[in-house]
Amino acid sequence: MADSGGTDEHDKKDDVERSKSEGKELTKEEKQRLRKEKKQQKKHKEKKDDKASQESGKENKSASSAAAAPQLPTQTVKVVKRLPEHIQVDNPEVLKKLAKKLERQQTPVHGATIKIPLRSDYGYKVSLFSHLHQYSRKAPLTQQLSIPSTVIHPAVVRLGLQYSQGIVAGSNARSVALLHAFKQVIRDYTTPPNEELSRDLVNKLKPYISFLNQCRPLSASMGNAIKFVKKEISNIPTQCKEEEAKSKILNCIEWYINDKIILAAKAIAASAIEKISDEDVILVYGCSSLVNHILFEAFEKRRKFRVIVVDSRPRLEGREALRRLVQRGISCTYVLISAVSYILPEVSKVFLGAHALLANGYVMSRVGTSQIALVAKAFNVPVLVCCETYKFCERVQTDSFVSNELDDPDDLIVTRKGKTHLENWQEVPSLGLLNLVYDVTPPDFVDLVITELGMIPCTSVPVVLRVKNVDQ
Amino acid sequence: MELQAVLMAAGGGSRMTDLIYNTPKPLLPVGNKPLMWYPLNLLERVGFEEVIVITTKEVQKMMSSDPKMKLDVKMKLDVVCIQEDGDMGTADALRHIQQKIKSDVLVVSCDLITDVALHEVVDLFRAHNATLAMLMSKAHEFTETVPGQKGKKKTAEQRDFVGVDPSGKRLLFMANEADLEDGLSIRKSIIKKHPRMHIKTGLVDAHLYCLKKEVVDFLAENKSISSIRGELVPYLVRKQFSKTANRQKMKDESEDQTQKKNDDSTNQELLIASRDESLLQLAQERSCWNDHHGDMSEAYHGGKLRCYVHILDQGLCYRVNTLAAYIEANRLAPKLFEEPAVHPSAVISEKCQMGSDSMIGALCQIADKTSIKRSTIGNSTTVKEKVKVTNSIVMHGVTIEEG
Repeated sequence: MADSGGTDEHDKKDDVERSKSEGKELTKEEKQRLRKEKKQQKKHKEKKDDKASQESGKENKSASSAAAAPQLPTQTVKVVKRLPEHIQVDNPEVLKKLAKKLERQQTPVHGATIKIPLRSDYGYKVSLFSHLHQYSRKAPLTQQLSIPSTVIHPAVVRLGLQYSQGIVAGSNARSVALLHAFKQVIRDYTTPPNEELSRDLVNKLKPYISFLNQCRPLSASMGNAIKFVKKEISNIPTQCKEEEAKSKILNCIEWYINDKIILAAKAIAASAIEKISDEDVILVYGCSSLVNHILFEAFEKRRKFRVIVVDSRPRLEGREALRRLVQRGISCTYVLISAVSYILPEVSKVFLGAHALLANGYVMSRVGTSQIALVAKAFNVPVLVCCETYKFCERVQTDSFVSNELDDPDDLIVTRKGKTHLENWQEVPSLGLLNLVYDVTPPDFVDLVITELGMIPCTSVPVVLRVKNVDQ
Repeated sequence: MELQAVLMAAGGGSRMTDLIYNTPKPLLPVGNKPLMWYPLNLLERVGFEEVIVITTKEVQKMMSSDPKMKLDVKMKLDVVCIQEDGDMGTADALRHIQQKIKSDVLVVSCDLITDVALHEVVDLFRAHNATLAMLMSKAHEFTETVPGQKGKKKTAEQRDFVGVDPSGKRLLFMANEADLEDGLSIRKSIIKKHPRMHIKTGLVDAHLYCLKKEVVDFLAENKSISSIRGELVPYLVRKQFSKTANRQKMKDESEDQTQKKNDDSTNQELLIASRDESLLQLAQERSCWNDHHGDMSEAYHGGKLRCYVHILDQGLCYRVNTLAAYIEANRLAPKLFEEPAVHPSAVISEKCQMGSDSMIGALCQIADKTSIKRSTIGNSTTVKEKVKVTNSIVMHGVTIEEG
């Protein structure tokens, strides 16, 4: 089921599909439910819904309301499909809702409530992507904050700055940095009187998360990490003392990082090394921390292989990957993505990293990945995607337009020989600069996904998700 | 708390001795406000709620009696008095208040008048986890002629050589011409790491520094450093590239503590005290970002000590420490804030000609047939008839007789 506008027809179709899949003949109840839903939808359109707007703020939660999890027919679950507001930027009502939501997430400081600032969009957006945010790096969110930031914890402000300037980039790095900042927040936290730690701390974290979301849209891995932390905090028993509770949460965070990131990387490297044989020519794209780790491990285990690093503008992350590989002594070749079909006949395997794995088996990764997978498929070269399970996401997407991230368009401007041709691009009315960050690769192009649970085909991702949900 | 502001208001004003005769420098009127009001206003606008003001007893007394300071400044001012000898440098003053410093420090001098967006300097400090972030601005030629001085003074001997990297943010080299005897020598290690360096001489140091708390602790240990601008900043800039700074000594904390007393070049600045240093390391390792390209080293060349500078291209930035600067500041200060040029409580008669560049203070009485052009008239002054005031700064409580 793809994310789509909440029209009645779709609801009916899905309900009918679900009832068919469950194989139960509850047509009467089905009809009753449909009628109820219609009424509820009308109500929702009229009144402002706090919960719904908060839910829609989190990508995962909004889709999970209509998610693949099986729903029992006896529960009258609200099947209201809400689009997350970060992909409805061209709708002024949604923007107003977002502004109000930020106001509501105020943190009371010295009796006065100060709100999280709203970052404004920059520049002309290409019409196909006008529903997404586009920010400029030259207008950081800190412009609107007071300098000794009292509203937002300084560690979170620092993190937000590092995200927006690209100093911390890459799914794993962002998650680790986020958890590090949360640890500092939790350390500096004191429970106000008459409040419970389990509820108050979660409320404290909400404005920080909105702030970080404004600096740079949250990644799927960060979303999962946040969910985990919130769950841990809310599971703290009320009679627990503050120090004990805080140390418990800090330990949980450390466990999460150790288990889901560090150990997972080791496990993935161990299984991936089996797939690397001697005299292999491996193609990698951009700088993925996990793929680099695998290559380092394989090189330590004395496998003989060489690497071709493919890079693309404007990020040119491949240079960093190239530097790290060459530093270890691995022999590398460097090409730009435009030369990928030239170089592919030499390649024996393609290793790709992922930003997230979606519930329908699509791989969301850096823009250009799907192109490489497509060309590799055409040349019959196996494509292996390496991804930890904490990046698995319950969202479903079949194209790169619906939900994406637009980076600063000024990054595309380059100065060669003293001339900057695109300097005044804003004045040309028919010109738009588009700097996409992510794209989705269909599962037909991916031959294998290597996770710490083993090597699974792309279509088994929903199974892993289901197993994970049952575990938790 | 993230940052504590410290205002250095004990300076002597050695280059404007004529003006300092009666009023101490921090209280000199510029645009009818005391000089130290400007940096305080800057801090207040940005959102600071408390400022530690280091000043002399005399200034403190005058401050408490000045109505302007009391009314306009809403922040809490924690005044620390030091003796007036003039032996205490800015770094000595910081050492004096080391007990009060609980977090990173923002040091501002009282003679800074600027409208810089302070978040630019502080963002450099935050984002790169820098040890020092400072503000500099392109020097403006003073257009006003200074009375009593014939011709323009050549300030060739006081030039500062500032070396920055191509992005213009990272501070690589700083020296004053007076310290360079034979010529400018730059260490090979710096050139190896930063092959392209832009050296600028036309910059004015705004004396606005963001320092990490560890630097203040380091100052407390090293009593030999007495001036922030003259000694501490060049020291930190040099230390970025020293060999000891680049070795990973995180685990040798116990060794460092025994060596602390003997070792002048302490390793304290390396230990950017974060309890989860390993997590930060992990995040940096996994991040695919590097601040430079073309060589084999990691981001920041693995250096823990980093100095950054924000160079202001456009906008107002003056340090009022010479007579020429004082005059220029008086001319331009009214543009910084939206108060009307003529204070509402001033009594101005109808036949008075007043130019648009002039400022009239509170409770003034301006009589007939006067013309005031490009001047600043202080508070409670009386200007009698047939007076022409041009290009002047009239202090408070002055009476100008007829003719």
